[in-house]
Amino acid sequence: MATAAKIDPMHQFMIAPVGSDQLAASPFQFTNSALWMLVVLGVIVVFMWGGLKRQLVPGRWQAAVEVLTGFADNITRESIGPAGRKYLPWVFTAFTFILVSNWIGAMPFAIVPGAHPFTVTGQFSVTWTMSVISFVIVLAVGFWKHGLHFFSLFVPKGAPLPIKIFIAPIEFVSFMVRPFSLGLRPFVAMFAGHILLDVFGNFIVQGLNAGSAMGGFIAALCFVFIVMMSALELLIGAIQAYVFALLTAIYINDAENLH
Amino acid sequence: MDLASAQVIGAGIAAIGIGAASAGVGTVFGSYLQGALRNPGAAAGERIWMFVGFAAAELLGLIAFTVAMIILYAR
Repeated sequence: MATAAKIDPMHQFMIAPVGSDQLAASPFQFTNSALWMLVVLGVIVVFMWGGLKRQLVPGRWQAAVEVLTGFADNITRESIGPAGRKYLPWVFTAFTFILVSNWIGAMPFAIVPGAHPFTVTGQFSVTWTMSVISFVIVLAVGFWKHGLHFFSLFVPKGAPLPIKIFIAPIEFVSFMVRPFSLGLRPFVAMFAGHILLDVFGNFIVQGLNAGSAMGGFIAALCFVFIVMMSALELLIGAIQAYVFALLTAIYINDAENLH
Repeated sequence: MDLASAQVIGAGIAAIGIGAASAGVGTVFGSYLQGALRNPGAAAGERIWMFVGFAAAELLGLIAFTVAMIILYAR
């Protein structure tokens, strides 16, 4: 029996210039990450433009676009209230970008040799940047609207003084952790999911290469598992995009409607 | 024990936390479903808080995963 090749699930997250497999020597390179970000942007732009005909009776495409925009509008309206409309552009942008890049990263483009899909949100730098933008919006709105009174966010209202002194540092830490936790969530969901898919995809290949009946059985088992995991991955991608948009809206609500 | 095997064992121990988080996520969705079946009228308004609770419970599992990855791949 041949020794099984070493499984390297981290290789799919490597950022390299397009057409090469080596790390870039210069920081100014057109990498696969940039390429797939442009693909995500293209998909979003084509999808939105197709539905922006402003027909009185929407066709199927326009109805689909209206469902998407209405969904993001609902998030801001329910969490922030009527003042939430001016934050809709960022909430909608974050939601669509995370959703589309999660889904495009899970698409099996690799059946065309050489076309490896790259999950843009599988990089912490991307999701971290988005969560920092959300955090900066919260800080800017809070200090712009309430000035230094914004610090009362850390003090629970109506609590006795000893509890206030105790709670305020905890609230402060939990506030400062927000950009970290917000960015970690979509990143790890995609990262862990793709590692899992990669490992079990390798099990299929190794099971078939083993050539025995047992190997074939295990490969079939892993194939069924990977199909179900892919469906779960699409669900997780949608939930993570929704959670990011929802938490952004809730954090902005803290700053917009200070208690 | 050399460093490599200690790393693998440590990463495996850190992964236990993911199981705890899965219990938390199950509790969040299960409790929401219980409440929603008892009072379907109030279910729609509480869906946001279900997802916030899901995010908080899930985050702890993700942190456990991150710790496992750091232990496994740190040099």
